[in-house]
Amino acid sequence: MSKFLNITLAATVLLSTPIYAQTFGLGRAALPEEIAAWNRDVRPDGVGLPAGSGDALTGEGVFEAKCAACHGDFAEGIGNWPKLAGGMGTLNRQDPLKTVGSYWPHLSTAWDYINRSMPFGAAQTLEPDEVYATLAYILYSNNLIEDDFVLSNENLASFELPNAGGFFMDDRDTTELAAFSQPACMENCKDSVEITMHATILDVTPNDTTDDGPVEAVVTEAAAEVVAEPAAAEPAVEAAAADPALIAEGEKVFKKCSACHQVGDTAKNRVGPVLNGMINRTAGTVDGFKYSADMVAAGTGGMIWDDATLHAFLEKPRAVVAKTKMAFAGLRKVEDRDAVIAYLATFAE
Amino acid sequence: MSDKPNTGTTRRGFLAASAATGSALVANAAHAQTPDPMITEVQEWASGLGVGVDDAPYGLPIRFESDVIRRNVEWLTADVISSINFTPIHALDGTITPQGCAFERHHSGAIELSKDDYRLMINGLVDTPLVFTYADLERFPRVTRTCFLECAANSGMEWAGAQLNGSQFTHGMIHNMEYTGVTLRTLLEEAGVQPIANWLFVEGADASSNGRSIPMEKALDDCMIAFKANGEALRMEHGYPVRLIVPGWEGNLWVKWLRRMEATDAPVESREETSKYTDTMANGTSRKFTWVMDAKSVVTAPSPQMPITHGHGPLVITGLAWSGRGAVTGVDVSTDGGKTWMPARLAAPGQDMALTRFYYDHNWQGEEMLLQSRATDSTGYVQPTKSQLRAVRGLNSVYHNNAIQTWWIKSNGEAENVEVS
Repeated sequence: MSKFLNITLAATVLLSTPIYAQTFGLGRAALPEEIAAWNRDVRPDGVGLPAGSGDALTGEGVFEAKCAACHGDFAEGIGNWPKLAGGMGTLNRQDPLKTVGSYWPHLSTAWDYINRSMPFGAAQTLEPDEVYATLAYILYSNNLIEDDFVLSNENLASFELPNAGGFFMDDRDTTELAAFSQPACMENCKDSVEITMHATILDVTPNDTTDDGPVEAVVTEAAAEVVAEPAAAEPAVEAAAADPALIAEGEKVFKKCSACHQVGDTAKNRVGPVLNGMINRTAGTVDGFKYSADMVAAGTGGMIWDDATLHAFLEKPRAVVAKTKMAFAGLRKVEDRDAVIAYLATFAE
Repeated sequence: MSDKPNTGTTRRGFLAASAATGSALVANAAHAQTPDPMITEVQEWASGLGVGVDDAPYGLPIRFESDVIRRNVEWLTADVISSINFTPIHALDGTITPQGCAFERHHSGAIELSKDDYRLMINGLVDTPLVFTYADLERFPRVTRTCFLECAANSGMEWAGAQLNGSQFTHGMIHNMEYTGVTLRTLLEEAGVQPIANWLFVEGADASSNGRSIPMEKALDDCMIAFKANGEALRMEHGYPVRLIVPGWEGNLWVKWLRRMEATDAPVESREETSKYTDTMANGTSRKFTWVMDAKSVVTAPSPQMPITHGHGPLVITGLAWSGRGAVTGVDVSTDGGKTWMPARLAAPGQDMALTRFYYDHNWQGEEMLLQSRATDSTGYVQPTKSQLRAVRGLNSVYHNNAIQTWWIKSNGEAENVEVS
């Protein structure tokens, strides 16, 4: 845009704004490279899409490696994690199943979200072609394309999803406001009142922690555990585990892991196995967890979670166990790996 | 006197407490039988010394209040990273929510972003795309204003019927803070928004980005960025160092760790404004861009977590009311499930898009009550019943449930979340 046009537009803004638009000369001009780095949103008309393409077959591989741990091999969703496929024809029924196929109005939205915010815990690591391929696989899982369909920046905006026409602008002002703006009744508003439903029958309210004693005591116990457990750790990590600062750092790093893994007395297998007693355990042996075939084979082959193996696995999981279910991209910094290993060492079986 | 935290927040705790107080529920002790040792004996704190001024450079609530905390509902979400917890509104009073117990909702977890590392970009249909540092933002003319933030999903679990037993869980996706920061108008004028830009796309620095499209008219009208809440820096979980304030509109728009604002000529139709935060009607079509939070209220006490433990006689019935359309002008309370209503007393005149505290002073004689509250706002909107809402929206909706809530107060003072005809 020419400088002249800039000035003209600025003048228009000043004229069209009722209050005098004072500026303060604060901030600096954003550089084109900076705008390119952050301005990544994609609109339904395709504005913002980078060049690229991918098909469902390629996408299946990406999906299996990076998405299936939460979303399931067929995008059907595991546990409470979002289901991405199915649900066609359920929107007008009780408990509709809202997926990319059944509910989402625009394909651009899914592209944008996968590109910007997925995989969970490793956002902004996918290449554009991987995003196109993953999305093609999701479409395939929804029976919306054949397996030879290639999704690209050329055809994405014109691809119509089944529920594209299923949305309308907020109409509360015309459908509700008048009815809900009547003078409030104060007397004889109903003939009778009956209780029609009790929350206690469902019984889904969380138990209060005070049932099990003061919160303070729980905290003390947890702290004692961290202090007491390092002694049980194997020699390889004992030196590290003795450093409370490192353990504390590891606890922070572990937040990334806690989306899928639990530790401590009440830990249960979730998307990933419980990580109590990990250090020097044989790979793939936590009771009740369904490992990938590769992880089981690694354990059968004698792989032990010693310090070196843990470091290698945590840095790049798939370099150690090719088809592990763990979708996590890895901890690049050696300090982070040291810290999280020290933290894990505080949890005995 | 016991030094244990109050255990009266559960049925079990309540029953234990009732047993301990014996006949307290039956009659008030108008005359003491024996002298109270709390008065007649010199207590330790009246003789020895307390802690010094270096004991807590930043103080936390006294240990007796350790149960007044945010709580989450594990079955609601797949994990605790992309999840929500609830403000303990049952145990608070007044209108300001302390930051430390104000509910959190994250889509990719709360991130640690320092002021030094913070950048805010304005780009798109502007004359000069700009980048601000945190220090830059502190040099713009400043404003301070109190607003409620309510998640669109607050009370969402109650659509299908009474589910969760406690005002913390039914209505706790809300907080109310006094924010200090800079108006969006000031920042957008600095970049020179072009007249064709009728939308503003806002996004956060976290992995979820939580991008949302806001009409430019609203952005220029009353939106602001905030770096302080209740006088101090925002907490990490509320978007430190900078979040967006969108008065009266659903909480999801209040982007935390705000990093970019893009002036556009169309909405982006992001995940959070299409697949989520849309309201499906009975026929399967869905409302989108339902931003305004309608007028709503709830009795915070007595309630399931706050049973009556003091026996007959004076009882303070209290609660909160708010409206995204304006100020709360009145709150009515019913003790008979909505047959008759009495005006409650507002602690202070309602402020636009901020919480209002109400009180209803009642002489309770152990009668069962079906306790309700009903808010009216400055536009004349009256909080509807759940049946009124369902008549328009059906049963598949999740968000924007602003229906009247009912607590069944039993003759022993215990309370339960119920639905009434």
